[in-house]
Amino acid sequence: MSFLLPCPQCGPRDVYEFRYGGEAQRRPAPGSPRSTWTAYLYDRTNAAGVEDAWWYHRLGCKRWFRAVRDTRDNTVLKSTAPTVPPRDANDPPGD
Amino acid sequence: MIGVFKRLKMWSPRPLKKTYDVVIIGAGVHGLATAYELARRGVRNIAVLERYYIGAGSSGRNTAIIRSNYRTPEGVAFYDQSVKIYEKMSVDLDMNVMFSQRGHLTFAHTEQAIAGLRVRAEINQLTGVDSRVIYPSEIARLAPAVDLSSRPRFPVLAALYHPPGGIIRHDAVVWAYARAASRLGVDIHPFTTVTGINHGGGVVTGVDTSRGAIGAGTVVNSTAGWASTIAAMVGLRLPIVSHPLQALVTEPLKPFLDPVLVSATLNVYVSQTDRGELVIGAEIDPYSSYSNRSTLPFMEASAAHVLELLPSISSVKVLRQWAGVCDMTPDYSPIMGFVPGLKGFVLDVGWGTYGFKAGPISGRCIAELIHTGVTPDLIKPFSITRFASGEMLGEKAAAAVSH
Ligand SMILES: Cc1cc2nc3c(=O)[nH]c(=O)nc-3n(C[C@H](O)[C@H](O)[C@H](O)COP(=O)(O)OP(=O)(O)OC[C@H]3O[C@@H](n4cnc5c(N)ncnc54)[C@H](O)[C@@H]3O)c2cc1C
Ligand SMILES: [Zn+2]
Repeated sequence: MSFLLPCPQCGPRDVYEFRYGGEAQRRPAPGSPRSTWTAYLYDRTNAAGVEDAWWYHRLGCKRWFRAVRDTRDNTVLKSTAPTVPPRDANDPPGD
Repeated sequence: MIGVFKRLKMWSPRPLKKTYDVVIIGAGVHGLATAYELARRGVRNIAVLERYYIGAGSSGRNTAIIRSNYRTPEGVAFYDQSVKIYEKMSVDLDMNVMFSQRGHLTFAHTEQAIAGLRVRAEINQLTGVDSRVIYPSEIARLAPAVDLSSRPRFPVLAALYHPPGGIIRHDAVVWAYARAASRLGVDIHPFTTVTGINHGGGVVTGVDTSRGAIGAGTVVNSTAGWASTIAAMVGLRLPIVSHPLQALVTEPLKPFLDPVLVSATLNVYVSQTDRGELVIGAEIDPYSSYSNRSTLPFMEASAAHVLELLPSISSVKVLRQWAGVCDMTPDYSPIMGFVPGLKGFVLDVGWGTYGFKAGPISGRCIAELIHTGVTPDLIKPFSITRFASGEMLGEKAAAAVSH
């Protein structure tokens, strides 16, 4: 289902302007066990409901932000600019 | 003669029992094939629980492409077994599933893509699967409607030709399995939602449903797009993200297109059904979602892209479009088998955009696994442990867009 996603800088835009960056997660501490890294890399909650995820406005301001959305009907509940700047434009920042 | 007009029920409604030996969640091709194969092995007391109606998930929404020209030796060997079951299905299950092996063409529009197709052709041939790289003169013979000129922005340079590939009547497959399973005594319960899974001490003991609790020795998760929601009921997170996949169908035309055509570069594929309609699809929507609603951008893009291949259909009308939810894994391969540390829970998930073709062999292997307690060799590589051990089975090059 197509929907509008409110970019914190640019306002509501067509979802096809954005790149989905996956659900927000906490990066494990350096030296965490391998199983923790495996889970961080691959395992996802994949909620059928409210999901807090990263988005990248590729056809706009080219910035990463977070949006809280109900994945069942794509209602966007909230979108916020990150407080920590991303290290690399191609990479969603850690928490 | 009179018998011809007798109304035969496809499956019989039966009362919901308090316990079953095996509870299968999801009445798509995977759940129903698993139930049928278990019953064929003599296992009795099996239930298939379905939230909506039979085939409500992707098994009733796919574009029905059957093929085995994958990229990894493990994948090719696995899907090839399914193609073989499909070839005999109309007879074995006594239902015309209309498996039409009209051939399958995957186009290359760049030199690099030709190299990729050559690798696949070699791997396919080594596994005994009919598949080879062909060039425009032969493509023109197989599919004269394709624009092979230098007009398109990305002209067709070559194709991976897979003669046994084709399309099928997906609803007939689902119903054939439902009927066959029901006749062998399997209880099929539509409109029965699983709301929780009872487990403790690393053992699964049953499920909670919208119609009450049910005891179970084994619980199978075959819910495809909803796999993560069922796994969450036992505290398990899966390497899966659910994405919508869309398709559309045009008005029927005279038969003019024999093989299935796929172009990853153009993000489009198309086949003509026996009814004459063109079935057109693309890659998944690029964001997670459980919504079954389709979009105008999908239709616009797919229409534009398919005209690069078949310019003659520019005035053909679209009849309908739809979407389904696909359980995407990082390597575009499925996840099958037991979960370490959790007795009685079986995964048959991660079917993404390509799982319809796998239903028959998957059902057979999962049934063997439940019945014998031993994971069949054919599905060992698809274990959930492959992510931790770094033994992923990269099929994206052979499964994105092609499905
Ligand atoms: C548009 C589209 C095109 C596709 N094209 C192809 C193709 O050409 N070739 C191919 O091989 N594959 C294709 N696929 C993929 C294929 O359709 C799926 O991988 C396959 O059908 C999955 O089958 P399944 O039986 O595992 O799941 P499904 O058929 O999705 O069945 C899962 C069932 O589980 C039920 N369920 C979910 N949650 C619960 C619950 N809590 N309680 C009870 N029941 C529940 C659902 O209602 C659903 O009926 C396509 C998919 C789509 C959407
Ligand atoms: Zn923006």
